[in-house]
Amino acid sequence: MRGASQVKWVVAAAAVALAATACGSSTGSTDAGGPVNAAGTLSYQSSEPQNPLQPANAMEVGGGRVIKSLFKGLVDYDPADGKLRNQVAEKIETTDAQNYTVTLKSGWTFHDGTPVTAASFVDAWNWSANVKNNQINSDWFSDIEGYEAVHPEKGDPTAETMSGLKVVDDTHFTIKLTGPVSYFQYKLGYTAFSPLPKAFYADPAKFGQSPVGNGPYKFVSWEHNKAITVAAFDKYAGVDKPKNGGIVFKNYTQAEAAYKDLVSDNLDVLDQVDPADLASYKNDLGDRAVDQAQGAIQNISFAMYQDGWKPVDKAKVRQGLSMAIDRDTITKTVLNGSRQPATSWVAPGVMGYKENSCGDACKYDPAKAKQLVTEGGGVPGNKITIVYNSDGGHKEWVDAVCNSIRQATGVECIGDPKPDFKTSRDLIKKKQVQSMMRTGWVQDYPLNANFLRDVYGTGAAANDAGYSSPEFDKFAAEADKSTTVEKTAELYQQAEAQLAKDMPAIPLWYYKTTSGYSKNVQNVKFDSFGDPVFTQIEVKQK
Amino acid sequence: MGRFVARRLLQMIPVFLGTVTLIFFMVNVLPGDPAAAMWGDKAADPAQLAAFKHARGLDQPLIQQYADYMGKLFTGDFGTAMDGRKVIDKISAAMPVTIRLALLAFGIELLIGVAIGLFAGLRRGKAFDKGSLVLTLLLISIPVPVLGFIYQNVFAIQLKWITPTVQDSMNLGQLVLPAIVLGSLSLAYVARLTRTSIVENIKSDYMRTAVAKGLPKRKVIGTHLLRNSMIPVVTFLGTDLGALMGGAIVTEGIFNVKGVGFELYHAINLKEGATVSGFVVVLVLVYLAASLLVDLLYAVLDPRIRYA
Repeated sequence: MRGASQVKWVVAAAAVALAATACGSSTGSTDAGGPVNAAGTLSYQSSEPQNPLQPANAMEVGGGRVIKSLFKGLVDYDPADGKLRNQVAEKIETTDAQNYTVTLKSGWTFHDGTPVTAASFVDAWNWSANVKNNQINSDWFSDIEGYEAVHPEKGDPTAETMSGLKVVDDTHFTIKLTGPVSYFQYKLGYTAFSPLPKAFYADPAKFGQSPVGNGPYKFVSWEHNKAITVAAFDKYAGVDKPKNGGIVFKNYTQAEAAYKDLVSDNLDVLDQVDPADLASYKNDLGDRAVDQAQGAIQNISFAMYQDGWKPVDKAKVRQGLSMAIDRDTITKTVLNGSRQPATSWVAPGVMGYKENSCGDACKYDPAKAKQLVTEGGGVPGNKITIVYNSDGGHKEWVDAVCNSIRQATGVECIGDPKPDFKTSRDLIKKKQVQSMMRTGWVQDYPLNANFLRDVYGTGAAANDAGYSSPEFDKFAAEADKSTTVEKTAELYQQAEAQLAKDMPAIPLWYYKTTSGYSKNVQNVKFDSFGDPVFTQIEVKQK
Repeated sequence: MGRFVARRLLQMIPVFLGTVTLIFFMVNVLPGDPAAAMWGDKAADPAQLAAFKHARGLDQPLIQQYADYMGKLFTGDFGTAMDGRKVIDKISAAMPVTIRLALLAFGIELLIGVAIGLFAGLRRGKAFDKGSLVLTLLLISIPVPVLGFIYQNVFAIQLKWITPTVQDSMNLGQLVLPAIVLGSLSLAYVARLTRTSIVENIKSDYMRTAVAKGLPKRKVIGTHLLRNSMIPVVTFLGTDLGALMGGAIVTEGIFNVKGVGFELYHAINLKEGATVSGFVVVLVLVYLAASLLVDLLYAVLDPRIRYA
């Protein structure tokens, strides 16, 4: 089973590569533009990285997207469908979802010419997981056996290496996890799992200012606060060879300024259109405007730990409240079309996404909503408050949602703003919410497990609702033990079906990538993380 | 004069220490944990958070942090920002940009402002005077962001004379438009101050004497009238130079200029105490130097003013 699916991925990757080259040789790309300058560089709206450019040390987008262009790990996600594809890995095999054997492709080198070997990965992971090295993403390695020894809760590490990682030879290494995690391969696509060259360990801080990676682009310069420049790496061995000469990540303080530069063709690709220009950007940019779903969702969750919400009947009430929300109108008017109404708990573009898994409960039907709320014995105290942070532009839609609920069901509903994100999170973490709270989820990797297990599993770190369902946990546990990602995704769909029955959180809408590009470039596509597929962008000949 | 300068320099020390102390504690009592903020929306890993704080001395009591900070400050060490860069590096990268921008704005407001004020004052009640009144009122009443967006739209988007934002922050030519926006408000004030002062002094005794002596008109206006009328203007300009340096946040944002405003904005957002304090310390020094210069200029402009 494992082998079969692996072959499929390799074929898929090869198909993408073929399609890519075919596309490059013909002039008829999607935008039907003129001749392409393969050595041309493009500029992209970015921000100053918060940390030195070390793969395990970038959590924010400013550094993260630069590192993504400089480094390539074992696997990554096909931007077209979010599926996993092999990069440095030839194959990753497992029979029990706990012990993995990784085989590397040969021919991969770092930008300084040294080969990428099994040790490049194992040493990098050990270094990054070590608490002493202060890497912000170190907990990504916590699935690996021996993580506690290098990263104890308190005090100094008792070991330098994780016992779960073993180098077999230059092209093979093994990973042992503390328990079965069927989608561990999906996690491996995260930048924290990138390999590091030997040169890194001599002076990590210095390396962070001029990194040497193995990705499609090599580092050129970092002018702090101004720009980071990278150039195409001609010996790149991955399936996604750059179709342009390089990228300039230009810093902007204000999104409005970047937008003005884009409209006048002084900036090539935009990150996000600022709220002020949302209403007009499609008009300004025409078919160069981008509007697509992102791997992120906005929910409102119930405080399932409050006695009022515990009785079995209350599931009906929660479904009724969900039906009372007019998602279409709110996303169109209040949110200026910058969101897409949700029909499930998983965002589209993610493997395992099942449209309409929420069913009728996510369709606006005020009459049915009122009926369900009454049948379920009404809302505790006949009043709902929605806790949210008022520093993130949420007030408008929370008020609109409340209005919608009030009009449809007659239940009293008011927003309960907290001054900032931190205050509202404190309240939510301490489980002191009375009835409802704003919650959201941005994907770590494009697999439905990330939207389900990590948010609705009993005791999961992000389970703000305090939801606990034996059925959901059963499916999740089964899914985690399965040895193919396809099976995992399928079992998680069954777990998701349980959410439709219990409705611990109401899915509202998916975030969207609202962006655009200049007249200088073509073939600009965005992946489900909201990042442009940099290697595919073509710079037009001037 | 020498004693005056020495005394003023000595006075600067407590002012300087006081401001630095105030800023340090003000930044540190702000809610929010700068280290935890690095994890963004996600919960910080406790072991990592502790290690991170320890590496930067943030786990020490505040008073100890203060002592360390002050101790280092006197050796010229402004500390290290969260991203591992030296604050002094950030300052030395951002300062030249903002100094250029501020001096350009300063030059524009000085030359154009004084010129408008002078002509309006000499031609009191005439068309030019009334026109300048309307113009300066307009400039004073339009907020800086609005002015910035208007200029951006007219000159960059419509006329395409320039790029909407500054592409190279060190290029003086590209900084002209942001400097005009930055200097507009003060330009209006300078024009109004100069005009009032001119109108007042034009009827004074020494003016009548100068005219009666038969001095050429250029000398009467240049040496006698303008010089004596500049005292309130110089006072304003002196404090304004400091304000231009620190107050460029909005203008720098609109035009994407990578100066002090840009750095401060980021540092405040990330609750980065060391960076905020570092920049404020330098701005305090600029203010102090500018006000000393103003005091010294008084004597040059009006010999009747003596320093004891």
